Amino acid sequence: MSPSLLDIAERVVGWAGDGIDVEAFVARDHETEIRAYQGEVESLTVASSVGIGVRIVRDGRQGFAYAAALDDDTLRETFDEALDNSRFGSVDEFAGVAEPDGVEPASLDLYRSELVDFPTEDKVALALELERATLAADPRVTGVESADYADTTYEAAVATSRGVAASARETGCYLAAYSLASDADETQTGFGFSVGRHPGELSAETAGGDAADRATRLLGAAKAPTRRLTVVLDPYVTARFLGIVGATLSGDAVLKGRSLFADRMDEAVGAPSLTLVDDATDPDAFTASAVDAEGLATRRVPLICDGVLQAFLYDTYTARRAGVSSTGSAVRGGFKGTPGVGAHALRLTPGARSQAEIVAGIDDGLLVQGVTGLHSGVNAVSGDFSVGAEGLRIRDGETAEPIREVTIASTIQRLLMDVTEVGSDLEWLPMSAAGVTLAIADVTMSGT
Amino acid sequence: MLDADLVNRTLAAAMRTGADFAEIFAEDRRSSSAILDDGRVEEVVSGRDRGAGIRVVAGDTTGFAHTADLSESGLAAAAGAAAAAARRGGGGTRTVAVSALQTPARLEVRIPPENVPKDRKVALLTAADAAARSAGGAITQVSARYGDGRRRILVADSDGLFTGDDQVRTLFSVSCVATGDTGMQTGRESAGRTVGFELFDLYDVEEMARRAAQRALTKLTARPAPSGEMPVVVGPGGGGVLFHEACGHGLEADLVAKSASVFAGRIGERVAAPMVTLIDDGTMAGEWGHYGIDDEGKPAARNVLISGGVLTDYMWDRLRARKKGRASSGNGRRQSYQHLPMVRMTNTYIDNGDADPGDIVADTSHGVYVAQLGGGQVNTATGDFVFGMTEAYLIENGRITAPIREGNLIGNGPEVLTRIDALGNDFAMGSPGTCGKDGQGVPVGDGTPTLRVTSLTVGGTAA
Repeated sequence: MSPSLLDIAERVVGWAGDGIDVEAFVARDHETEIRAYQGEVESLTVASSVGIGVRIVRDGRQGFAYAAALDDDTLRETFDEALDNSRFGSVDEFAGVAEPDGVEPASLDLYRSELVDFPTEDKVALALELERATLAADPRVTGVESADYADTTYEAAVATSRGVAASARETGCYLAAYSLASDADETQTGFGFSVGRHPGELSAETAGGDAADRATRLLGAAKAPTRRLTVVLDPYVTARFLGIVGATLSGDAVLKGRSLFADRMDEAVGAPSLTLVDDATDPDAFTASAVDAEGLATRRVPLICDGVLQAFLYDTYTARRAGVSSTGSAVRGGFKGTPGVGAHALRLTPGARSQAEIVAGIDDGLLVQGVTGLHSGVNAVSGDFSVGAEGLRIRDGETAEPIREVTIASTIQRLLMDVTEVGSDLEWLPMSAAGVTLAIADVTMSGT
Repeated sequence: MLDADLVNRTLAAAMRTGADFAEIFAEDRRSSSAILDDGRVEEVVSGRDRGAGIRVVAGDTTGFAHTADLSESGLAAAAGAAAAAARRGGGGTRTVAVSALQTPARLEVRIPPENVPKDRKVALLTAADAAARSAGGAITQVSARYGDGRRRILVADSDGLFTGDDQVRTLFSVSCVATGDTGMQTGRESAGRTVGFELFDLYDVEEMARRAAQRALTKLTARPAPSGEMPVVVGPGGGGVLFHEACGHGLEADLVAKSASVFAGRIGERVAAPMVTLIDDGTMAGEWGHYGIDDEGKPAARNVLISGGVLTDYMWDRLRARKKGRASSGNGRRQSYQHLPMVRMTNTYIDNGDADPGDIVADTSHGVYVAQLGGGQVNTATGDFVFGMTEAYLIENGRITAPIREGNLIGNGPEVLTRIDALGNDFAMGSPGTCGKDGQGVPVGDGTPTLRVTSLTVGGTAA
């Protein structure tokens, strides 16, 4: 039997000499991706990849190297390269690798053999079924830009010369459809998805139906006059917004003078209805994980309680520098990157009312179904927030005409303070935050 | 990387189930980077990625598998997996015979980054940090990044193609935070070219750092951006992002074929103001989106997409071109050997007009002047697109006046193209970009002279 990933990580860590701290992160994944188009398989990709990232700290200087192979020569070369790179880093008394902190990882079972055993033909059938379901959902759906099935089986291990040794494995899969709906000369698009740990949890009807609804309800959309109004963010939009909020609460941003909220601990930074928690130990979260990217146990971190700022997120380095403990918030973009600080699984505590009930209480608003340009019009340092938006106008408590080609703008600080209600419709989405309906007053919609 | 015999045997294995086409794309990428933040060189990183992707096409179905194992058995396994994924109809064998490797002439890299000592790379970062901080006490944070990559590729296919390329890119960026009574603001500057370490003969990192710092400092006094429709003047270089989003993506043949583009079926029609000629040119030596061959082995080309306002062609990869019985335009690209190629832009630009850029501003009674853009996004099916302004000013009575805060602008591609009413004579390429599509990122360049759009929606909060 071939060595486990943890064996490999520990072997590399064992090469550390005196005065050298080493972290080895080893990952392996196996993926299948199928795209259906017009009743046929347009593409089918099967692939496996492996890799290692080695981080070395010597005399307070950090170096890193990675390679996409695990043969002996590559491991040795990667270790040597990381060691050489460490000569060029600046001395930083807080630099180092994680050491065990006594927190026991949550017991999470995120691996499903059902996925591993699921035949490729059945995956193909799911992708084809998704395309059919999308087209069948509404006669105005005239095409499907993409109908995809994708899955991954992922394993990772991390070990450090200070005694951390952790490994995890998980499975995940999703169906995602982008539909095209047409009416006369006009085309609108919509997406829908369904996620699970194994294919039995997926629903082509849900994904296809959502994709069709989102596209068809925008048919006839037009620009609207500029005005200030209440926006109601769809759960998916809220989840994307929370990702930005999470970035402002990273200990790294706080320590380096890039956080809006650095000096606001114990102050009200949001409306009283806002309670925001980062919790990767929630098994329902798509991004659930018992250990973080440095091998420490993840834990529940209450960031904002009843609108009051309670905590920042820390990994080992930022915690040492701030004189606090790691919150188990190390993240990394695979074996090619060094760990950094980030939220794992953000969720707002849901409120009591459904989206429809919230809309019923709004005289003048915009139900925001989609946003664009989050990377180009939002600055998490200055707080400026401006994104393209589409959705439905809300008039006198009911959804009315569809709107497109407008922006909604405010600042991150104002948006949090201006929240009027959190919906009851919490759902986990394929991202590191849960979606929930969120109503925010006094936002500028810019149009004609 | 791979010899002709091994290539032939692997392609034959990939064709075993009776495919129409098979291809091996092998890649060996070495990269190095160094990051400074908060006054410290945080990390120096080296990486190596090596592997091959095997594509098999049978009818309308593409099978794809990739492997990091370039041995005969590793390649055979991937070929078998790709062939199984694409299997259709009855088998039958086909012999494949590629001959000697043909590589295109390419720009010589004067200073290969791998030959440059790491401490020289690190010294660029510390110089930039010092220069940015010397711009004033209000500069409270600086980060800088150096990166280089050498990507050697080999493409062989069942049509007998056997070719390769050696692509070297070098990038430098610096970001600053300025802090004042109004809070924090950021400024960024970047430079990247498909060249080696000689990049720094063209760019002075200290000058870049001062510009980034100045940008952040200027914004400390910025007003909230206006809201609503108004004339927008985009400075030289920056407008490339606008065209990239407003029509570039919509001219990609894969999206056109699925009717997911507002430009589908419009070849030969007027789609833009008559002064607009849009070109995608992968042959622009040294530019960020330059290469010798694309990731399907087709030499880079200069393709005129819009000529005098009339749509002349889309951009094509092999698969889409083959279905139309035409040649690829050299736009088949992929992020790495782990990805299928698709239609992508290279360096996309608008040629010079004849207006004096000063006159364009002087002729604008009120509006917004965008000096630096920060990326964008488009829905090609509706044509609606956004792009961000990271340095912008009000235009009042024909003069550039107060700086405004960041935000997006939103417009509709086909409408905006017809609303361009002035093109300057000051063409410049913009900042190096990474274009994302369907989860894959590739380096792209863009350029324009100063230009004016008579009406765009500015996404601010001020009346």
